[in-house]
Amino acid sequence: MSTAAQPGPAINGNRNNAAPAAIVVENIVKRYGDFEAVKGVSFSVADGEIFGLLGPNGAGKSTLIRMMTTLIPVTGGKAIVGGHDVTKDHDEVRRMIGVIPQALTSDQDLTVEENLSIYAKLYGVPRAQREINIARVLEAVDLSKWRTAQTKTLSGGMRRRLEIARGLVHDPRIFFLDEPTTGLDPVSRIAVWEMLNNLKKEHNLTMLITTHYMEEADRLCDRIAIVDHGKLVALGTPVELKQSVPGSNVVEVQFDREDPEWQSRLEALPNVTEVQSQSAGVYRVLTSNGSQTTTQLVEMANSLGESLTSLSVQNTSLDDVFVHYTGRQLRDEQVKAVFQMPPRPGAN
Amino acid sequence: MNRFLAIVEREMRKFFRSPVLMIMSMMLPLVQLVILGNAFGGKIRGAKVAVVDYDRGPQAVKVHEAFDSIAVNIATFTTVPYDDENTAREDVRTGRVDAAVIIPAQYSRRVYAQDAPRIGLVVDNSDQFLSASLEGEMQSLVAALNQPVIEDRVVKNIALEIVELYPYVEYMKYLLSGSVALAMYISVMIGGGMLYIDDKARGVHEGYLVTPISKLELVMGLNAAGAIKAVLSGISLTVIGSLMAGLGVIFHPAALLQLFLLILGTSIAFNGMMFLMMVRVDDPLVPRAMFGVLNTLLFFPSGAIYPISAFPKWLRAIAVVDPFTYAIHGFKAVLLKDGGFPAIQHDLIFLFVFGIGTLLVATPLFKRTL
Repeated sequence: MSTAAQPGPAINGNRNNAAPAAIVVENIVKRYGDFEAVKGVSFSVADGEIFGLLGPNGAGKSTLIRMMTTLIPVTGGKAIVGGHDVTKDHDEVRRMIGVIPQALTSDQDLTVEENLSIYAKLYGVPRAQREINIARVLEAVDLSKWRTAQTKTLSGGMRRRLEIARGLVHDPRIFFLDEPTTGLDPVSRIAVWEMLNNLKKEHNLTMLITTHYMEEADRLCDRIAIVDHGKLVALGTPVELKQSVPGSNVVEVQFDREDPEWQSRLEALPNVTEVQSQSAGVYRVLTSNGSQTTTQLVEMANSLGESLTSLSVQNTSLDDVFVHYTGRQLRDEQVKAVFQMPPRPGAN
Repeated sequence: MNRFLAIVEREMRKFFRSPVLMIMSMMLPLVQLVILGNAFGGKIRGAKVAVVDYDRGPQAVKVHEAFDSIAVNIATFTTVPYDDENTAREDVRTGRVDAAVIIPAQYSRRVYAQDAPRIGLVVDNSDQFLSASLEGEMQSLVAALNQPVIEDRVVKNIALEIVELYPYVEYMKYLLSGSVALAMYISVMIGGGMLYIDDKARGVHEGYLVTPISKLELVMGLNAAGAIKAVLSGISLTVIGSLMAGLGVIFHPAALLQLFLLILGTSIAFNGMMFLMMVRVDDPLVPRAMFGVLNTLLFFPSGAIYPISAFPKWLRAIAVVDPFTYAIHGFKAVLLKDGGFPAIQHDLIFLFVFGIGTLLVATPLFKRTL
């Protein structure tokens, strides 16, 4: 597998179907002084689509979402959200969108209902409609029972659901979620995914989600854009992206003994695109046909009188896609992000 | 309008649900009022004065009698007999006694001979307040000793007749005006400064900024909420402080109205000033670091604890532009003098103009984006 970053075959961000675009981003740029955080990104999101921006911390995902939600000015290019230009029709865009920021910002001293009511007022929802909307979104996020509870009594997962309800209280058409499951335990994370899927089905919401969780992008998104160093490096459906990686299956094999000939023998097998030596006698074989390669590999070992210690077949994951397009593991980036404190402003 | 009110509603709900801000804003001024009001308001009592009497004549006895009279009546000091001047001086130096009086040998003879009789007073002038009080007491005592036994028919000396317009003002009452202004300042500093920046850092403002609220609605909402909190702190401390200091002015409706206007003007002025200072700040450490500096820079030159007329010119210049000065002048005029509306109108004009002016400058500086 190639380790160099390269644009994928599905880099054209425009979706080739009849659905009208809810979001159109054309060659958008964000510069902070000499630093270019977003470098000419283009894509479009169809009405009713869940679109994922996948990338490590610092890739430019949040900057992109902040430009589309009018939170930061655009340096160059264009972003049309719900048919309105984010640089010109701020308020029109704001009325049309719901935004869930990365941090949990609901007021802990207020009740669930009060948090929603205040945001409904900020969005100018009329009094009669406010009550209906609050009841509806609480039902949607399964917090009706907690309506009068103080937010500080809620668990992390429930607070995240409240944030989602808050973003929906004015009935937006387009929903932006910036890393909506960061910090949640696996059970709460799955609950949030199910809830977002239900919201999409019931309300035909267009959603743009940033995430650095592969599984989240894979399970939730209709299409995924991989962003790295401020650039869009690949875009497509999860299936398209996986297929775009040479060798859609990975066979991991461990021979009983090491032989310098194994590498060349494995490379000679049909459908094999790449062979990586992991350790003594252990090989990672990328192939376009996992089952056939497995059979041929066993036959080869039998004919040579060799025995295999272990053998496994895996499908290509988004992890492999990410490694293919960016040249590194997303997990490594996350570990670095945890252990490397950002430089203090002004520090060298 | 709804959006502006939503910001105010959010702030007020938080304020009432967690009364920490209210308590914190009143704690320091109340403690200051009680401690400083009692510590600075009283007169010196029970100081120890060493008396070295080398004369032991009849006129020295008169001095001793005068000392005894002071000890029994106003009790400024009590005397301790010493035999030796050097020991007395050393004890003043080491703090065993607060001062020493030396009655020299031949004192009585010199009094009778009208030959410039003198009494020595050794004071520890490292403590100016105590030494000045003892000096004043001794001056009065000496003046009394100098009075002729039989008064002349015609009084030759010029006397100053002092007319005090108001009853004796205890220091606690004098300090109350400063305490009310300080409570409002702390409320604005915490509620309008620290919480504002903390909310910004926590991402709460990000939530506001993605809604269609206008810049003006947002600025007005944040400031109106800050001003209401400061007004509530001001009213609470005025009532509690007046009751503690024994000021009945709060029971007069006209004075109450004047006090309310002053509290309102002060809260708008403080809030506008704070908003202008914090409008571009993002680091939550900044308001915390500024708290003490601003407190010293604004509270002390205001005349809250020491008269402005005693300040050097540069410090008076700060007092002229300091909203604390006008707030405290106004509060004193109502609380201590019952001066009526004319006594506070200039203060009110300054406070409202200052508050609105700073808000007008701050609003364009407020960023509608992150």
